[in-house]
Amino acid sequence: MKEVVIISGKGGTGKTTLSGSFACLAKSKIMADCDVDAADLHILTDPKILHQEDFYGGGKAWIDKEKCSECGICRDSCRFGAISEQLEVNRLSCEGCGVCFHVCPEGAVNLEAGICGQWFISETRFGPLVHARLLPGEENSGKLVALVRNQAKVLARKQNKDTILVDGAPGVGCPVISSVTGADYVVIVTEPTLSGRHDMDRALQLVRGFRIPAFIVINKADIHSDLADTIEREAEERGVTVLGRIPYDPAVIRAMVQRRCVVEDRNGVANESIRRIWERLESLL
Amino acid sequence: MIISVASGKGGTGKTTIASSLAAVLGPRAQILDCDVEEPNCHILLKPTIESREKITLPVPVVNMEACNLCGKCGEVCRFSAIILIGDQVLTFPELCHGCGGCTLLCPQKAIHEGARELGVLETGFAGPVEFVHGILRVGEAMSPPLIRAVKSKIKSSKIAILDAPPGASCPVINTVSGSDFIIMVTEPTPFGLHDLTIAEEAVSLLGIPVGVVLNRSDIGDTEVQAFCRTKNIPVLAEIPHDRRIAEGYARGDLLVNSAPEYKTLLLEMIDAIQDLVNHPRGTVRTATV
Repeated sequence: MKEVVIISGKGGTGKTTLSGSFACLAKSKIMADCDVDAADLHILTDPKILHQEDFYGGGKAWIDKEKCSECGICRDSCRFGAISEQLEVNRLSCEGCGVCFHVCPEGAVNLEAGICGQWFISETRFGPLVHARLLPGEENSGKLVALVRNQAKVLARKQNKDTILVDGAPGVGCPVISSVTGADYVVIVTEPTLSGRHDMDRALQLVRGFRIPAFIVINKADIHSDLADTIEREAEERGVTVLGRIPYDPAVIRAMVQRRCVVEDRNGVANESIRRIWERLESLL
Repeated sequence: MIISVASGKGGTGKTTIASSLAAVLGPRAQILDCDVEEPNCHILLKPTIESREKITLPVPVVNMEACNLCGKCGEVCRFSAIILIGDQVLTFPELCHGCGGCTLLCPQKAIHEGARELGVLETGFAGPVEFVHGILRVGEAMSPPLIRAVKSKIKSSKIAILDAPPGASCPVINTVSGSDFIIMVTEPTPFGLHDLTIAEEAVSLLGIPVGVVLNRSDIGDTEVQAFCRTKNIPVLAEIPHDRRIAEGYARGDLLVNSAPEYKTLLLEMIDAIQDLVNHPRGTVRTATV
């Protein structure tokens, strides 16, 4: 069983478009949407939820006014500025570290493990999908990503699937680190813009730091063909395989608006390129 | 005035809008790139960097001579960053959130604080515009403290434009909290709408007024406009898809350089935002060129 994670550094380069299309083309696979912050793979795959569970975060502080003597030690000890002058906890600032709980002389602080999201196992027309939803504004996205990946692995073993396709988050921070740690392969989707190249570089540094083999796909490649050439040359110099280029194609948006994957309609240049890219990737796994 | 530019979905044009807003405001503006995982404003604004400082997080360092192996530090830490195993106290600085709990609560005062590098904070000028950005160290998972360091440079005398990271979780909340207004840049597609919905839900917890800029406004469907009508969110501007803008962006050119007709639109948008901040129930005409 091979786990392939699709990331990008920069947002909006086409991670989910590519993940959805790979899911459509791969024969024996489980999908996992690890962009738990703003998951979109379900939009293309129309999942029927088979199993649903709440995800609990590390807990937030809560002050029992009955017991509180208003000494303010909790406020003074909080490094996150989460306790106000009036000794109220701002849930969005609270890190759940529990320092206030330990320093309170009255035992007035409680830590409540709250629900900060849900995760799901669903069936789609392409096969099983493990996905999640972090409640807006919540933290612990890294933990939820790890949970989604684990569930996908369990399911893949149980159903004897060859591949886990993981749709990752943008950036290089907590959820991305959690998505790629221990993965077999990473595909970085970029675009030939200076920002795309800059962000891909950082994503590649991250992946190489983990010693995971990485591949590159250049999307909307004809927006700036010279820069696409540069990206390809730089990648080769670093020993990273460029799987292929996808030209800008309005069919991609048309498919998305119909909530379909671009390869399902079997026409257009993006469809053809993605099929070639998948064949190449499959041969390299 | 503090204006955050956010979006939910990545790649919709946050940096395009934020950078050009700062550029047209010139000396009145300060731009702060809070997308510390993947900062891009410097690519478009090409600032001269004048100062650079390392931003760190305090992490525990144990003096084993003073430690009596009571294990309190491990009991206190909710992030598994410090633990007593046998006759050793192990620390995992990369898991530490810097709360200071172990240091504060060690009965032997055997713990002091060292530093983990989160990234760097750079400040400078892009022409007349004050420029600030944070660059997260690759491999570092925790961006909020660096975002807060970037925000500590906000000057109240300026119109501070904050370029937010994509998504709707803690880095976004850390960026936009304290803003007077949030511009949500999105595109008229199911992904754009879905992520806008989530981001709007997240920032609505903060009670900050929101307006939408619809970028590539003619590429998809009309669901985003319908959502904005239902939620009573003003659509501040619609920017149709334009190959000139996309190619300019690819080269690292500002929107207002590749399509100068947007200068007036952006300045009017700032006026409209100022009106909305002062008169929250006012109405806004959608600007387009």
